[in-house]
Amino acid sequence: MFAYYLGLALRSLRRSPGLTALMMLAIGFGVAGSMTTYAVFRGVSGDPIPWKSAQLFVPQIDAWGPVQMSGPGARSGTNEPPDALTYADAMALIHDHRGSRQSAIYAVGPTVLPTGTGHSPIPVFGFAVYDEFFPLVDVPFRYGSGWSADDDTQGAPVVVISDTLNQQVFGGANSVGRSLDLDGRDYRVIGVMKPWNPQPMFFDVVDTGGFSSDGPALFLPLQRAIASGMENVGAVNCPKGTQPGAGYAGLQQSACVWLAYMVELDDAAAVQRYRQYLDDYARSQQTIGRFGWPPNNRLRDLRGFLEYQHVVPDDTRVSLLVALGLLLVCLVNTAGLLLAKFLRRSGEIGVRRALGASRRAIHAQYLTEAAVIGVGGGALGLLLTGIGVFGVNRMLPPRLADLAQIDPSLLALTLLVAVLAAVLAGVYPAFRAARVLPAWQLKTH
Amino acid sequence: MDILPILSTLRRHKLTAWLLILEIALTCAIVCNAVFLIGQRLQRMDMPSGVAEHELLQIQVADVTTPANPYARMAEDIATLRQVPGVISVASSNQVPFGNSSSNGNIRLDPAQPQRTLSATTYFGENLSNTLGTRLIAGRDLQPDDFVDVEAAMKALGTGDAKGLPHVTLITQTLARRLWPGQNPLGRLIYLTPTVGLRVVGVLDSLARPNAYDINTAQYTMVVPLRMGASKDQSYLIRTRPQDRAHVLAAALAALKKVDSARVVTTKRSFDDVRRKFFQDDRAMAGMLVWVIVALLIVTALGIVGLASFWVAQRRRTIGVRRALGATRANILHYFQTENFLLATLGIALGMVLAYAINLFLMTHYELPRLPAIYFPVGAIALWLIGQLAVLGPALRAAAVPPVVATRSV
Repeated sequence: MFAYYLGLALRSLRRSPGLTALMMLAIGFGVAGSMTTYAVFRGVSGDPIPWKSAQLFVPQIDAWGPVQMSGPGARSGTNEPPDALTYADAMALIHDHRGSRQSAIYAVGPTVLPTGTGHSPIPVFGFAVYDEFFPLVDVPFRYGSGWSADDDTQGAPVVVISDTLNQQVFGGANSVGRSLDLDGRDYRVIGVMKPWNPQPMFFDVVDTGGFSSDGPALFLPLQRAIASGMENVGAVNCPKGTQPGAGYAGLQQSACVWLAYMVELDDAAAVQRYRQYLDDYARSQQTIGRFGWPPNNRLRDLRGFLEYQHVVPDDTRVSLLVALGLLLVCLVNTAGLLLAKFLRRSGEIGVRRALGASRRAIHAQYLTEAAVIGVGGGALGLLLTGIGVFGVNRMLPPRLADLAQIDPSLLALTLLVAVLAAVLAGVYPAFRAARVLPAWQLKTH
Repeated sequence: MDILPILSTLRRHKLTAWLLILEIALTCAIVCNAVFLIGQRLQRMDMPSGVAEHELLQIQVADVTTPANPYARMAEDIATLRQVPGVISVASSNQVPFGNSSSNGNIRLDPAQPQRTLSATTYFGENLSNTLGTRLIAGRDLQPDDFVDVEAAMKALGTGDAKGLPHVTLITQTLARRLWPGQNPLGRLIYLTPTVGLRVVGVLDSLARPNAYDINTAQYTMVVPLRMGASKDQSYLIRTRPQDRAHVLAAALAALKKVDSARVVTTKRSFDDVRRKFFQDDRAMAGMLVWVIVALLIVTALGIVGLASFWVAQRRRTIGVRRALGATRANILHYFQTENFLLATLGIALGMVLAYAINLFLMTHYELPRLPAIYFPVGAIALWLIGQLAVLGPALRAAAVPPVVATRSV
């Protein structure tokens, strides 16, 4: 039966090519506009680590007290604790080790001095972390691995480097065990990552704002970075009217927050226990007089924290809304045109009904015709989406544009949306068309 | 014009007519809001920086080995840059307008007040006003003996010794008006730390902050006389003539390399680049919205063309009868134009309400301002025009229907 309906649909469409083209164009434009924007939106707001984001949590501890508000909460006047941790709190959390894995994190900016003449120094961007960071966020390794807990306690001079840096300095060879000069100090390469640049850079959005065009070039033990005085290029936020003393010693003793923190908690019970632990910790700090206020902690999961930090630009959300509006207009448009087209053919419907076609058959016939228009519009939409994504890539800042890419699932979604949109637009017209009374219709002719 | 016959015809196509009205309403609402959003972006991109934008270059260098005396290195670099032919003036600065990374301070007007009055950005560096080309509108500029080495200031802050701290500051007139509305700011005190107040000695016409995300606070700026040593966070700012920028930049880089060949240049750009980079998101967003508006208007126009053609085809016989009874071609043409005008007007009226509702939604969810009334007529006129243009083709076809159609059977 379907083949017959398809034949009827094609014949009917061929009879009014202009109108058919109009409907397909409308659907094509609507789908392309919304899909292009959606591609950008999904690129920006995508879950960087979907298989694990539900187990990753970011603790926040109020080390400043109720008058010192910070972060996005400060605007709305809610009493949100700072976005990052003080050194004292981060170290206490590391030491107590209540999650299955955890790491404190801050951004460093050393300079790599390649050996041999003719190489110029390379300023790089990386992070100081703990050994558990690598399994925590599933860093992919090409050669070697992360370091051990012992390396952390001893502040061993080891470093995990990116694929890019390995290319630049070692020509892409397996460089595990070789030495790398950072700021004039020797470090032993212990692992080489595969190309890895999660977007957003979820493990330290406070320092990176969520996005960077290149992935992190290296990771090294946090205590080692502090001991060697490696430059801290992350955000340092201090309570009002205070300044940290000079160098790391000053930072470590200050109430300034400069460490990101991430902890892995396996189930709801573990999350509950960790919340309790944070509150107990804050209460103990209150008891010893360090905090003059009751516990005010947060434990957001990764997605919650990214949302709280407004990692997805409002701009992108607004343009997604505008694009959805475009799709809506196209739907209304197609519905109007389909309605006009179908009702015009009441004579034909009358004949078919009189010859014994059931209402259901009329529904099926007209929905098939709508679907054909949808497929045509979808094909056009695919083409326009391609052009749109290409255009967006030329228009958007590179850090966002890289994320907006055409991939097969986006293509499939485009087609699906087009067909659904057309069928949806065809439902009422088909219903109306099937209601035509055969006798009345035949009589007037 | 005969509106009543049009209305009675439309009543027979109620649903299609309403769909068209709905489409026009949605388009109108979205276009009003999108044009408003574009306007917001353009206004932001036009934000004044207060500096001589087409005459400035920014250079940042990172020293591989920290120089023994960063202050001496800074002085040496500046002296070297001054020798470069074509250079008019050289300054060092911790930041540049629209440069993104910024140093900010919490301002108090009374050291004892518990909450800050506001947060302002603080420029440190020598010879800034001259090089940037900011205009002093009251008081005096910073003098060489106002300056204090930043390390000494930090030490003084630690010991609570007021002597090693800077004592004067320049502020923008926007900041002056915000802190002391209607009063003379000269001689008043600003507290960045509880220890010592900075006396306002001069007022700048305008100087934007590096992180000028909010147009209301973009000019909350102070210049504090702190002398910074050479470091990779400091920028050298060079003023030159617009046409000399390219070769002065090249010569300046060569000169800096001559001071220390191992240093790495991390930033080298003109101020035009700074502005372009800072506002690139706004430009991209505005561009995207323009395309969406174009697509929307095209789709709506196509919809109108489609429906009008359909109606013309359906009414061929009626048109023939009218023509046979004495209606002129112009009558038929005007009939369809008026019909479209009526539908568009209804759609626009509905669209205005919708536009307002969408704006309310955006205001509550995305911190957007209220839609100014001026944008409503923009959407209305756009849709009236689009409607009339779209209907012209089908209406002309209708007008071309010969009277003889009336006598033919279908």
